[in-house]
Amino acid sequence: MEKLIIKGGRVIDPAQNLDETLDILIENGVVVSIGGGIDAEDAEVIDATGKLVTPGLVDIHVHLRDPGFEYKEDIASGTRSAVAGGFTSVACMPNTKPVNDNHTITSYILQKAEKEGSCRVFPIASITKGMAGESLTEMGELKEIGCCAVSDDGVPVSNSEMMRRAMEYARPFGLAIVTHAEDLALVGSGVMNEGPVATELGLKGIPWVAEDAATVRDVMLSELTGCRLHVCHVSTKGSVDIVRQAKRRGVPVTCEATPHHFSLTEEAVRGYNTNAKMNPPLRSEEDRQAVLAGLADGTIDAIATDHAPHHLDEKNVEFNIAMNGVVGLETALSLSLQLVRDGVIDLHRMIELLTCSPARALDLPVGTLEIGSDADVTIIDPDLKWTVDAQQLASKSKNTPFDGWEMQGAAVCTVVGGKVMFDIAK
Amino acid sequence: MAKAETIILNQAGITRAITRIAHEILEINRGGEGLALVGIRTGGDTLAKLICQRISEIEGVDVPLGTVDITMYRDDLAARGSLPVGKTEIPFPLDDKKVVLVDDVLFTGRTIRAAMDALMDFGRPSCIQLSVLIDRGHRELPIRADYVGRNVPTSLEEQIELLFDEDMVPVEVRLIKP
Amino acid sequence: MAFRHKHILGIEHLSAEDIQLILDTAESFKEINSRDIKKVPTLRGKTIINAFFEASTRTRLSFEIAGKRLSADSVNISGSTSSVVKGETLEDTAKNIEAMAPDIIVIRHGHSGSPHYLAERVGCSIINAGDGAHEHPSQALLDLMTMREHKGSIKGLEVAIVGDITHSRVARSNIYALTRMGARIRLAGPGTMIPAGIEKMGDVTVFNDLRDAIKDADVVMMLRIQLERQSKTLLPSLREYARYFGLNQENLKLARPDAIVMHPGPMNRGVEISSYVSDGEQNVILDQVENGVAVRMALLYLVSGVDAILAE
Repeated sequence: MEKLIIKGGRVIDPAQNLDETLDILIENGVVVSIGGGIDAEDAEVIDATGKLVTPGLVDIHVHLRDPGFEYKEDIASGTRSAVAGGFTSVACMPNTKPVNDNHTITSYILQKAEKEGSCRVFPIASITKGMAGESLTEMGELKEIGCCAVSDDGVPVSNSEMMRRAMEYARPFGLAIVTHAEDLALVGSGVMNEGPVATELGLKGIPWVAEDAATVRDVMLSELTGCRLHVCHVSTKGSVDIVRQAKRRGVPVTCEATPHHFSLTEEAVRGYNTNAKMNPPLRSEEDRQAVLAGLADGTIDAIATDHAPHHLDEKNVEFNIAMNGVVGLETALSLSLQLVRDGVIDLHRMIELLTCSPARALDLPVGTLEIGSDADVTIIDPDLKWTVDAQQLASKSKNTPFDGWEMQGAAVCTVVGGKVMFDIAK
Repeated sequence: MAKAETIILNQAGITRAITRIAHEILEINRGGEGLALVGIRTGGDTLAKLICQRISEIEGVDVPLGTVDITMYRDDLAARGSLPVGKTEIPFPLDDKKVVLVDDVLFTGRTIRAAMDALMDFGRPSCIQLSVLIDRGHRELPIRADYVGRNVPTSLEEQIELLFDEDMVPVEVRLIKP
Repeated sequence: MAFRHKHILGIEHLSAEDIQLILDTAESFKEINSRDIKKVPTLRGKTIINAFFEASTRTRLSFEIAGKRLSADSVNISGSTSSVVKGETLEDTAKNIEAMAPDIIVIRHGHSGSPHYLAERVGCSIINAGDGAHEHPSQALLDLMTMREHKGSIKGLEVAIVGDITHSRVARSNIYALTRMGARIRLAGPGTMIPAGIEKMGDVTVFNDLRDAIKDADVVMMLRIQLERQSKTLLPSLREYARYFGLNQENLKLARPDAIVMHPGPMNRGVEISSYVSDGEQNVILDQVENGVAVRMALLYLVSGVDAILAE
């Protein structure tokens, strides 16, 4: 019998409303007891004195790029990056090549994750076949073999009728529709947020209404159909507000915000920094403040990274033709802790946004340290000072806008199913 | 450490030198016919104007007067960088003119070389003569002055300074020892 | 005052003193263009590559002549003859050019920020000859030189800029330059061609009506309407454009009687500007072209000497 004790840490589990200095006993990958002064013979002991002990962090928006784009990332490197950032579960988006729109690809992902992965992987299947927006995927079967939700992330479903039918079809299977809410006609050939900075730089802008209009459509369709809706990476004042109002009306909607959207603004694009190029784009300070308010008041349910690895060759080009997206798994926790130090949210709320709350949004069986649950644990040193060095990231890709940033706080040990998958000392 | 300064010429001395140079120019060129004066910016252009006035007073002729800025013809762009470029104004044809180049101090000769190149781009003078207020030696090119206000032997470390008043009238020439 | 910019990426990075120095230098160089022998040895032995990845006749010619009049060796590569079409990245193209040891690369490129991209990756000086909708610094400088010649000073001038501001690098560079030199800018154009937040770039007021923008203006600058670029979503027709945003003898009367009319070229006669105006007494359009050579000579000269100044 494999035994592991995590001793003396401040255990915070928002799912159980727990915040005490306690020990955790794990046997055979399952949490068996939490309490004071736990000892067991022949148990491996991790001293967590002075550290935070939380349920393993959950990131419900990750691009593992596998199959098809292994030169950017693969399941092994992506999950290594996840555990290095304290994440024990990731939900991966279907915009692979081929698209994850059938059981073969889903099985491939699950099997490869089982064999080579460092953390749990929950595939998200596409809404439409090939993400072409024309016909529905076999959502029933996809759910049955392990997909946790459906999404055409990156290529939003433009046709409103199609989206309506997708929601109607997904609802009885208990699948959430995960929407990348952007009106592509309004996005046009835009490459950054529309506003004074885009005007100055002579870059084509993407207006906030591109996101708000799409968000409001999907929220209303969710209201019409009763299908659970999860809105990806809200980045505008308007979309935060649309979700807030929808929740008040009882619409089954959840949403997430990314660390780059709550930490940066369009100003980061100056100098034509392609590592500040993503979709939706970095917005204005007013939008950023609205996202922070949404994180604080419960409108936003999850911090998710939208970890989007791209090869150097795809970023080391003129801004207009650079790919969208940034890696985020290894910087998310530190940037979230900054919100706590800045007084935006408290520690309890921050951990909630990274554990049980995202798990609930996609109905994942993770995100808590309840007795009997799988032993996914993240040990965090909230004071650890470190400097981001893109070249040192575990991810294959180095496209972070935070290169060189002085950070405070990091995961020092990540336990997945009772096994130590990351230890900062090693 | 205080620098030692010696006055080489005062205002009266400068005026006498200019008067003498004006006479010499007229004498050597047998009058003002076909003559033109071109001062090298900055310093030489003021002196050229004074010589021009003196010639007019002596001989009653108006000799055409121009200025040349030699920045575009310098050979030390890499070493000294882009110095401000002044205006070159030669509002008369140089062809077949006897041109007297006027500068304040003759030193290595490189400025004069540059000025001659500049003049050649404007036309084909019948000859070019050189007039300077001070010749301090240390030539690096085979150039000599035809009219000299004062020969002043110097060391390389020393500096010659020509001072003007607010009306750009030259008032003093100083030798500054380091 | 010494010039301390290795690159000319945009007016944004230039101070009022820098602009003054460039204009003064250009004024001195201008005289060369009226000589019989239009050449000085200033940049002898320097190699200038004019890398034009976007079609241009006037600007390329102007830079080429500027380089040649300073005795530099100017070589041109253009979009159609360069290896860009072979799918090479801009960085590789630039590195290959750099391996041939040029002193200055003059770049025109369709993507905003390309000159900045190059400046970060090569060792020689970069001069921006127009990047996307971002900046066209030499154009703004020749515009200011022309205004200064005709108006004596830029400070206090009311300058109307009319047309497609959204896609205009000329407008952006002029807004920076004019604001820095103390002029006021009035903008007018169709609602689809006024970009968000443009008034934050400088001393800018946006007018809905062309007539309000040019009323009592000292300078009226008409921008080229890019026929090839405008999709139907931006403009119903050139006929309507000409009617509401074209400059003609009638609406020009609203400007000050001594106002000058400018255009960066090439003009669409009868669209943004009527021939009676473009050929009329108030037009200074060919002065702009003439000053373009002088301004570009000044820029080439000033960046050439900057290494010595920065080393001090």
